[in-house]
Amino acid sequence: MKILVPVKRVVDYNVKVRVKPDQSGVDIANVKMSMNPFCEIAVEEAVRLKEKGLASEIVAVSAGVAQCQETLRNAMAIGADRGILIESDAELQPLAVAKLLKAVVEREQPRLVILGKQAIDDDANQTGQMLAALLGWGQATFASKVELTADTVTVTREVDGGLETVALKLPAIVTTDLRLNEPRYATLPNIMKAKKKPLDTVKPADLGVDVTPRLTTLKVEEPPKRQGGVKVPDVATLIEKLKNEAKVI
Amino acid sequence: MSCLVIAEHDHATLKAATLNVIAAAAAIGGDIHVLVAGHNASAAAAAAAQVHGVGKVLLADGAAHGHLLPENAAAQVVAVAAAYNHILAPATAYGKGVAPRVAALLDRAQISDIIRVVDADTFVRPIYAGNAYATVKSSDSVKVLTVRGTAFAPAATTGGSAAVENVGAVADSGVASFVSAEITKSERPELTAAKIIVSGGRGLGSGEKYREVLTPLADKLNAALGASRAAVDAGYVANDFQVGQTGKIVAPELYIAVGISGAIQHLAGMKDSKVIVAINKDPDAPIFGVADYGLVADLFEAVPELTAKL
Ligand SMILES: Cc1cc2nc3c(=O)[nH]c(=O)nc-3n(C[C@H](O)[C@H](O)[C@H](O)COP(=O)(O)OP(=O)(O)OC[C@H]3O[C@@H](n4cnc5c(N)ncnc54)[C@H](O)[C@@H]3O)c2cc1C
Ligand SMILES: Nc1ncnc2c1ncn2[C@@H]1O[C@H](COP(=O)(O)O)[C@@H](O)[C@H]1O
Repeated sequence: MKILVPVKRVVDYNVKVRVKPDQSGVDIANVKMSMNPFCEIAVEEAVRLKEKGLASEIVAVSAGVAQCQETLRNAMAIGADRGILIESDAELQPLAVAKLLKAVVEREQPRLVILGKQAIDDDANQTGQMLAALLGWGQATFASKVELTADTVTVTREVDGGLETVALKLPAIVTTDLRLNEPRYATLPNIMKAKKKPLDTVKPADLGVDVTPRLTTLKVEEPPKRQGGVKVPDVATLIEKLKNEAKVI
Repeated sequence: MSCLVIAEHDHATLKAATLNVIAAAAAIGGDIHVLVAGHNASAAAAAAAQVHGVGKVLLADGAAHGHLLPENAAAQVVAVAAAYNHILAPATAYGKGVAPRVAALLDRAQISDIIRVVDADTFVRPIYAGNAYATVKSSDSVKVLTVRGTAFAPAATTGGSAAVENVGAVADSGVASFVSAEITKSERPELTAAKIIVSGGRGLGSGEKYREVLTPLADKLNAALGASRAAVDAGYVANDFQVGQTGKIVAPELYIAVGISGAIQHLAGMKDSKVIVAINKDPDAPIFGVADYGLVADLFEAVPELTAKL
């Protein structure tokens, strides 16, 4: 079975982003970009399913600027077999991405799509669910365990009160949570091999998708700064402050 | 103008997050209707009818909603959606499963995790783990929103007297089924609703130590217990304890961070707490940058002493 893994290029999770002085957005010029951590987990999971003989081919797909090729090469270095770049300089919001992915799904006919639960730039947590809705498929978000058979996927999900297990008919959508797996490091030989794997490029127009944003960002601001407080010398002082100054106990 | 609030409930009672969403709907203005999609859920619907500000409750009662699966819940919302300009759900595991699905079925954008209503089309939401706040304006005729509970004070559970109207429940989607759940049972207040949270990190060293050191303190303060991702990953506690960008967002009156360094992903989940206390042996730990009261100490000495002296 074929697995499709959408991967997003985002500001690396170690970078503390800065808001631009004109409040038009955050400054991402000259900052390190990486694959969204949840997407890495998605690629890793697909590769493990392939290693277990449960999947035959893994196709990574990324929507965005030309540099998303690097993200796709990265996915191929972890073990994806080929990549599809949906190239666009436009701002792609989750609904548009879901529509683009739907078009790719219709071409590629995967039985399973594994996405990250959330992109750490927009923190939207939408694309997988939207794609599932557009395709009329079942969805298992926040996966911490995935068991695949020829016609179902059984997923343990991290929900607010603990864990929940659901079974979905294939084809289906899974989104990854942090504890699903720990992605491997891409080795140098695999990075070299990835450079030779096929990478196709398409445009949103080729897929017949209108990606016009529905939301306009009016401004982006720094959140209110918390005043760093004081250090207290000992436990007795801490209790005294909590009782008499903060009045929270 | 009218708002539809997607209630989160356990068929018998409303989840606290629903009250915050009703408050956000009140900030938008207009009539507020609440959809309870459940099975044998008339008690939850009756509770919703009592909430201050609610004009009508729609009860979709049917077997398809027995396990609150998002495929069925989203179809249910779409079935009643035509009358509404705003559709709101809590930014919880449940709401995040349903709202994007609804939005896509309606061909509308979804705005996640709103923390402020500027006007009926314009909302503020955190991005980049809360390192920036974006003000976004929607050009869609219907706005589908998820609401960050900590940003809206809950609507009062009494004072309303709305009518409950039965609407036909949708059929099961047939594509998903519930298998099992392992829900953590606890006598403690729920993390996202607690007034005081005692939270532990990798500094605790093990699950045993986590429980031995933090439980007595939490007991004394009637506090909920939380954790950093590192503590969850190391298996000290279950996943639903995790506070942060990718865990739960909390804003209690008092947050006591014990043996937590204060990575931005953790701060994203707790920095709106009213008072923050940090206990850490490293004086340079970033957690001290947000703490109102910092105690540089070995937690294995300081926490038992604190518990004893309270
Ligand atoms: C995509 C992504 C999402 C993430 N999401 C989250 C999230 O939602 N929530 C989250 O918490 N993290 C999240 N993280 C992880 C985050 O980056 C940090 O790794 C994590 O928060 C660190 O946890 P910690 O503070 O417990 O551990 P550490 O950073 O190891 O800190 C342990 C602290 O304990 C102190 N200590 C040790 N021994 C003692 C002692 N005896 N007495 C007192 N102090 C002591 C140390 O000085 C240190 O400061 C995420 C990371 C990524 C990449
Ligand atoms: N531009 C994109 N290209 C490829 N995949 C994406 C893109 N945007 C989002 N995704 C996928 O959707 C997931 C959730 O993203 P979001 O809904 O934006 O939080 C990501 O982890 C990716 O798997």
